[in-house]
Amino acid sequence: MHRFVSFTLDGITNGMIYAAVAMALVLIWRGTRIVNFAQGAMGMVTTYVAVSLVDRHISYWVAFTVALVAGLVLGALVEVTLIRPVENKSPLVAIIVTLGLLIALEASAALIWGGRFRSFQAPFSIVGLKVGRSQIALSPFDIFTIGAVLAVMVGLLVLFRRTATGLRMRAAAFEPEVARLLGVRVGRVLTLGWALAAVAGSLAGLLVAPKLFLYPNNMDAVLVFGFTAAILGGLDSPVGALVGGLVIGLALSYVGGYLGADTESIGAFVILIVVLMARPGGIFTRINPRRV
Amino acid sequence: MTTPTDSRGGDPARVSRRPPPWLRLPRQTLLRHLLLAAVAGVLAFWLSDNVGAFTDLQLSNVAAYTIALAGLTVLTGHNGQLSLGHGAFIAIGAYSTGLILEHTSLPIIVVLLAAMGVTAVAGGIVGIAAARLRGPYLAGATLALAVALPSVAIKWSSIFGGEQGITVDPLTPPSSLGLTFPPERWVAWLALLTALIVLVLLANLLRSRVGRSFRAVRDDEIAASLAGVHVARTQVLAFVVSAACAGLAGAFFAFNVQLVAPAGFPLALSIALVTGIVVGGIGSLVGAVWGGILLVYLNQEATDLAKHFHISAAAGANGALLAYGVLLIAVMLVFPDGIQGGVRRLARLVTRQ
Repeated sequence: MHRFVSFTLDGITNGMIYAAVAMALVLIWRGTRIVNFAQGAMGMVTTYVAVSLVDRHISYWVAFTVALVAGLVLGALVEVTLIRPVENKSPLVAIIVTLGLLIALEASAALIWGGRFRSFQAPFSIVGLKVGRSQIALSPFDIFTIGAVLAVMVGLLVLFRRTATGLRMRAAAFEPEVARLLGVRVGRVLTLGWALAAVAGSLAGLLVAPKLFLYPNNMDAVLVFGFTAAILGGLDSPVGALVGGLVIGLALSYVGGYLGADTESIGAFVILIVVLMARPGGIFTRINPRRV
Repeated sequence: MTTPTDSRGGDPARVSRRPPPWLRLPRQTLLRHLLLAAVAGVLAFWLSDNVGAFTDLQLSNVAAYTIALAGLTVLTGHNGQLSLGHGAFIAIGAYSTGLILEHTSLPIIVVLLAAMGVTAVAGGIVGIAAARLRGPYLAGATLALAVALPSVAIKWSSIFGGEQGITVDPLTPPSSLGLTFPPERWVAWLALLTALIVLVLLANLLRSRVGRSFRAVRDDEIAASLAGVHVARTQVLAFVVSAACAGLAGAFFAFNVQLVAPAGFPLALSIALVTGIVVGGIGSLVGAVWGGILLVYLNQEATDLAKHFHISAAAGANGALLAYGVLLIAVMLVFPDGIQGGVRRLARLVTRQ
């Protein structure tokens, strides 16, 4: 029972991180119908930026903010320079470009910061809290993780539902031609979407690093888990991304906990295939899946 | 070149532009492909016979990459399915080879066919799932496969040898070649011969009814199914063919490296394969050869540069990966036909004059 509770708490924390990655993928998918396979690698790079600042004795919070801003800039930069030229070409082209970005970022990080595993000190303890006499698998850092992802999610929700910018973004994603006719600067809105997605991705990178160490491809598996979560949620729905992230987090925590840590990525592959076969539109989508 | 009097049509010019009869390739597909393969084979034989053991190893790596890339380019270029998980199929082929050689002493041809068969079955299973997936969904699912497969080898380490992997004994050349015959050259011969056979078979497949149905499905699934093509079956078939090639390549990688371990099949391998077909020219079998040469050459060049500047070999390997990434993006943005597209354009320019 105690083990089950531990795995559940672990699963919720990890699930929030996967939800952040899934959210980033959903944001970009809604705007540009592209899956950004470099999302994880972009978060990894901005996390390295934070670590280098902390190494120079700059406060964690400054480093944290700088990493998120770096994510914002990187996201916008990638959209303008690499994605804009391939936006109207075959989907294969965009996938290959993000794949090229993934491998280029990982290789650059390894060349700049070295390939070794690095620890990333968090301002909170990563040792589990004590409830009564027993220690539970929920550390102050885990609570921070859950809170930070929730804050970003709520922030995005408010942006989408309550602001004029959010309305423009939804319009541009839903019907770009009409939005353009109504005076929405669609290109600029798409850039903003990529920038915000990269912030969510950077957050995931910052939150993964204290638990998993930081190394150039530490986000590979996280990206796959986030992608699985996004697919589960329908790839189109922000709420789906959150729920998908939690479900995947819990499922993989149980799989890893009971069958051994190496089985997590196998579990994710199996879940992904089962979901794609049984319910290709995910559990939240309102759009009918494509049929021939 | 374009003059106002050019309107009389290109026909007379085209007749005079045709090469003389003794230069023309035979019209029968099989005959033409066999002739080209024979010429390439003689060249490859002469090359492998006149270089040292190290270059023979490189040649055999080029051949192995070419086999894998030829399969992937059929799947992606002709059938429109992008697999980011072909490194996993190479791993399956390599592990099959390692396991078969560990437990039996079957002749090499049987080992190769068995590795190919096992991978083809795996490709069929993944292909059945893949046939229901499109574009980014398929890419993501195959990416998950590439990330997951090394864990299988670690999890069931009693069979697959865990992180250390399985060592593969070097192939011994047949005694009829003499006792001093370098084993690297023997492997290179086998790999080059296999690559040529694979290329001829695939070239014929692509010119056949099956190849046309591959492309019909890629271009328009609805139109293809209205024309009587069984879409899902065609997609699974393309996946099986492509996986079988990757498995065969995996067998040769096992012979070349003489070790099969999870670290040899990272996600970067799958991305390197995509780089190979993209830079070579998606959909072109000759492009697969360019891609194979490029991948081996880039790796070697990066290692040499690292040695020259006294930096670690790991940094050199990362330099190669950085080059893959930059090449992938650059080719997609400015030169989408790849090397073979450029060669074709060049050939057209030359023949026009």
